[in-house]
Amino acid sequence: MSTDTIEDAPLLKVAGVSKFYGSRIGCENVSFELWPGEVLAIVGESGSGKTTLLNCMATRLNPSSGTVYYRMRDETFRDIYRMGEAERRLLMRTDWGFVHQNPADGLRMTVSAGANVGERLMAVGERHYGEIRASAIDWLGRVEIAGDRVDDEPRAFSGGMRQRLQIARNLVTRPRLIFMDEPTGGLDVSVQARLLDLLRGLVGELGLSAIVVTHDLAVARLISHRMMVMKDGRVVEHGLTDRVLDDPQAPYTQLLVSSILQV
Amino acid sequence: MNIASYNFAYLDEQTKRMIRRAILKAIAIPGYQVPFASREMPMPYGWGTGGVQVTAAIIGPNDVLKVIDQGADDTTNAVSIRAFFQKVANVAVTTKTGDASIIQTRHRIPEKPLGQGQVLVYQVPIPEPLRFLEPRETETRKMHALEEYGLMHVKLYEDIARHGRIATSYAYPVKVEGRYVMDPSPTPKFDNPKMHMSPALQLFGAGREKRIYAVPPFTDVVSLDFEDHPFEIQTFTEPCALCGSTGVYLDEVILDDRGGRMFVCSDTDHCEECRDEH
Repeated sequence: MSTDTIEDAPLLKVAGVSKFYGSRIGCENVSFELWPGEVLAIVGESGSGKTTLLNCMATRLNPSSGTVYYRMRDETFRDIYRMGEAERRLLMRTDWGFVHQNPADGLRMTVSAGANVGERLMAVGERHYGEIRASAIDWLGRVEIAGDRVDDEPRAFSGGMRQRLQIARNLVTRPRLIFMDEPTGGLDVSVQARLLDLLRGLVGELGLSAIVVTHDLAVARLISHRMMVMKDGRVVEHGLTDRVLDDPQAPYTQLLVSSILQV
Repeated sequence: MNIASYNFAYLDEQTKRMIRRAILKAIAIPGYQVPFASREMPMPYGWGTGGVQVTAAIIGPNDVLKVIDQGADDTTNAVSIRAFFQKVANVAVTTKTGDASIIQTRHRIPEKPLGQGQVLVYQVPIPEPLRFLEPRETETRKMHALEEYGLMHVKLYEDIARHGRIATSYAYPVKVEGRYVMDPSPTPKFDNPKMHMSPALQLFGAGREKRIYAVPPFTDVVSLDFEDHPFEIQTFTEPCALCGSTGVYLDEVILDDRGGRMFVCSDTDHCEECRDEH
């Protein structure tokens, strides 16, 4: 597996990942592949194991069994749980991003927006203040935060701005894969729409791959190419987003789709 | 107080051995914080319990002890610690930097360059340089282990963003021997260059936080900075008002309630020596 150097290959291969909390199932026997530039949505109700699965892939939670392979920049597939901790943490803050539902979990609330965006750059050895600041302002612009807010603390930002700041902070090292846990949770619908618009633009522009956990099917419809529907820790349906939403096969997916509120 | 009931230098021999082991490990890994079983000392935390324990562990009957507090030999902390060791170890004490074999210090490095064979013992309140931005001890230890020091620059970045320059003026973080980032205790950054390649052994004791670390003689100590905002020390426009020294660290002394003030050497021994020469 580690000698696989095909150019046109998946970015992430998840094989038989399970997580048990004692005798309870977190997620069971999940396998899929994620391709470069692809956005995968994981949907399901609360407690269906979506976040457990996301954490298992993002090395935030050790899976009970199964493997997660990632195609590194040198085109070799590596089992992320067999890397050393130093290498894994470096990967997490350079090639990967993680957007938390609550921006306070992903931001440093006591330092300025500029330092929040610049942290990853400084972590990989950038030591020129002017350049760090310039790229922070550039990234704030890309997520539609005015450059004159660069010295404000995230505490002074609205919920939507904090979420956009968190996204900028993750994208500054140009990662190839980004994990998002309910990125629009807790935002009102107009802010949500703008954020989704922005995310869709950035994903297209940067060729990012993303795995988005959401309970909101409308979010999945807007930004994802493929989706996985989970129930009780198992994947009940998996396919192209439009196909799953327009022609749901599994009874549970049918229930889920028919439960969407119409205005 | 019945002196006979105390062991030489207050601590019992087993405790001294424990502290010496921690010191040896600290010297072997420059800048690394070694945990040790800090004891209760007959003084409150924050008064130098870490430094006193280190001094007690290394002092011998033939040592000559100097104790300074903010550079001065005659302030409360310095006087009482000096009296403590006179009482429990009956060692010779001095205020002269050149005569001392052990100098315990709070917040200054003497102006007179230290020589080989001298030991400088620092009293440290917070040994963890990353604490400002990362409150979790488990996480800061991991960051030291994996050499993830980007966060230290986040603090300096924040300084420049707020003040236009690196405003951190004491406890200025340094990198020791190209590996561990270390808090040089709350010494003014004016003293940071004196730590670099110093011929004296530098030991740091944090009593409340239960950590000992060290900079062995002739060790690289580099202050962190940015390429476009290099490390700078404080400069003073006036010379010392008492001895006329320049290029030394000055204290501001308020003279009256009408704005009168003077700037004098913070190192009292240096100031006296200069005045004697003139």
